[in-house]
Amino acid sequence: MISYIGRRILAVIPIVLFAIFITFVLIRISPVDPAEAYLTAAHIQPTEEILAEKRKEFGLDQPLHIQYVQTVMKICRLDFGKSYLTNEPIIEEMTERIPATMQLAVSSIVLAIVISIPLGFLSAIYKNSLIDKCSRLLSFFGASIPQFWLGYLLIFFFSVKLDLFPVEGRGSWQHLVLPAVTLSLALIAIYTRLLRSSVLEQLQESYVLYARTRGLRERTIVAKHVLKIAITPVITGLGMNMGKLMTGTIIVEQVFSWPGFGRYFVEAIFNRDLPVIQSYVIFAACLFVVCNLIVDLVQLYMDPRISLKGRKDS
Amino acid sequence: MIANIGTVLKSKKTIVVCSILLLLFAVIAVFAPWISPHDPVKVNLALKLKPPSAEHLLGTDHLGRDNLSRLLHGSRISLGVAFLIFVSAIGIGLLVGTIAGYLGGWVDAVLMRFCEGVMAFPSLVLVMGIVGIFGPGLMQVVLALMMVHWVYYARMIRTMVVSLKQREFITAARISGSSPWTIIRKHLIPNVLPPILVMGTLEMGWAIMDISALSFLGLGVQPPTPEWGAMIHEGKNFIRSHPELMIFPGLMILLVVIAFNVLGEALSERYGVKRRY
Repeated sequence: MISYIGRRILAVIPIVLFAIFITFVLIRISPVDPAEAYLTAAHIQPTEEILAEKRKEFGLDQPLHIQYVQTVMKICRLDFGKSYLTNEPIIEEMTERIPATMQLAVSSIVLAIVISIPLGFLSAIYKNSLIDKCSRLLSFFGASIPQFWLGYLLIFFFSVKLDLFPVEGRGSWQHLVLPAVTLSLALIAIYTRLLRSSVLEQLQESYVLYARTRGLRERTIVAKHVLKIAITPVITGLGMNMGKLMTGTIIVEQVFSWPGFGRYFVEAIFNRDLPVIQSYVIFAACLFVVCNLIVDLVQLYMDPRISLKGRKDS
Repeated sequence: MIANIGTVLKSKKTIVVCSILLLLFAVIAVFAPWISPHDPVKVNLALKLKPPSAEHLLGTDHLGRDNLSRLLHGSRISLGVAFLIFVSAIGIGLLVGTIAGYLGGWVDAVLMRFCEGVMAFPSLVLVMGIVGIFGPGLMQVVLALMMVHWVYYARMIRTMVVSLKQREFITAARISGSSPWTIIRKHLIPNVLPPILVMGTLEMGWAIMDISALSFLGLGVQPPTPEWGAMIHEGKNFIRSHPELMIFPGLMILLVVIAFNVLGEALSERYGVKRRY
């Protein structure tokens, strides 16, 4: 089991190296010269001398493989370089903005769990009842509605018409409600359906039949046995949908002018702030991979048979 | 309508209804220049923000452009680009997936490690990163989406090919002297294509949402070209006085995405293809 965990953790390293490699290659094959992009973003008139100086400063005169190794070494030291636009270290600008994004992401995950677990569970137990139909309809719209549009619809109804919540910005808890709801609907849609089908699957298992023949109350069977096992796919879903959550924060932050990391990324794209774009993409890949790793480990804790399966596979 | 979504999803009728709806959208997209009552990009400030009338059935926007014409034209980009990505991603995926699966060995290992590397990114973040590095624009968005999406098809196709390879008819074809290329073309591709097309239908909904999200952020289609996501972006400034400017294009996206999702699910239930979450 420990060797399985160790192997899983070690497997993260090549993925991160590859992520850095991809962004590195993309920047090098792009028609944009980083030195020129820097001067444009910093509003400096480019002359041959300044360009040459900047190329030297960015290490662009070095051979490619040395540039790559240098990039990797810098990122290992958490040195992402400086923003072209503000000339501030990116790591500082990141740490300023990440709490806002975390607040948004965590509250929408909590909201999604609080709503989808009872909903998914009840719609499986009371299959084809009114609650099941309502939850299906909700999942259906949640999966098909564009997030930015949903955000504006909520602003229109709850801020413009009813004047209940502020339109944009961050501050009080009222500011958090609409962005968190917008972000969580897609997650609610997925988790509710996942949990529903997983509970239905478990109810067909022989241990449920055995528990029933032993005369256990249906409520005990479901609460004590089925739920614990049925929840595992939902945890997997949580990990697999981290990417959706991350892109969701980019869009939702833009809609609600939420001063987070995603907005920083979009601004960087418009300003051609290459180091910021690179840092965000690498950061997103690392977070995505680490979240999947954590999910794997949680699953392992809940179902130790997985490590045996893992061993057989390799 | 709510009463039996479950049974409806499996029925042939759903497939027919969704297909007709999507076909209708496709016809609109193709014939938009002929059926639109007005020029979608013609600015006329004298007519700005007019309510619906006989001349402008859905009113006009902040630059006096006809909303209905812009909505009709908007379908061209959303559906056109989604279809382009669908075809190219499946095409590249088929090529790489069958080669990796059929040849195995180091070719397989290299190709699959590459795919896994790309899959280590949340897909839209990588697309946005590519667009950020190469600069905003529709062309860049299309290329970025293609570069990222084929990977998922390649992985699935490779898995299918690996299991198909064990089957007798492939062995028989090999023994009878068919070349690997003939086997891939005549035996493997016809077998993997139907389930992949079903999965692709489900992915179309996502592709349309991704394209409109990128345009909404200002990374894809540039003004004045009409596109639903970009129209929502422009319409949001008038949310207090003219909410319909952002509501209509959103409804169009919703309708198309629902049609693709329902069709995809109905097809996958009917043909027993498992959905990837």
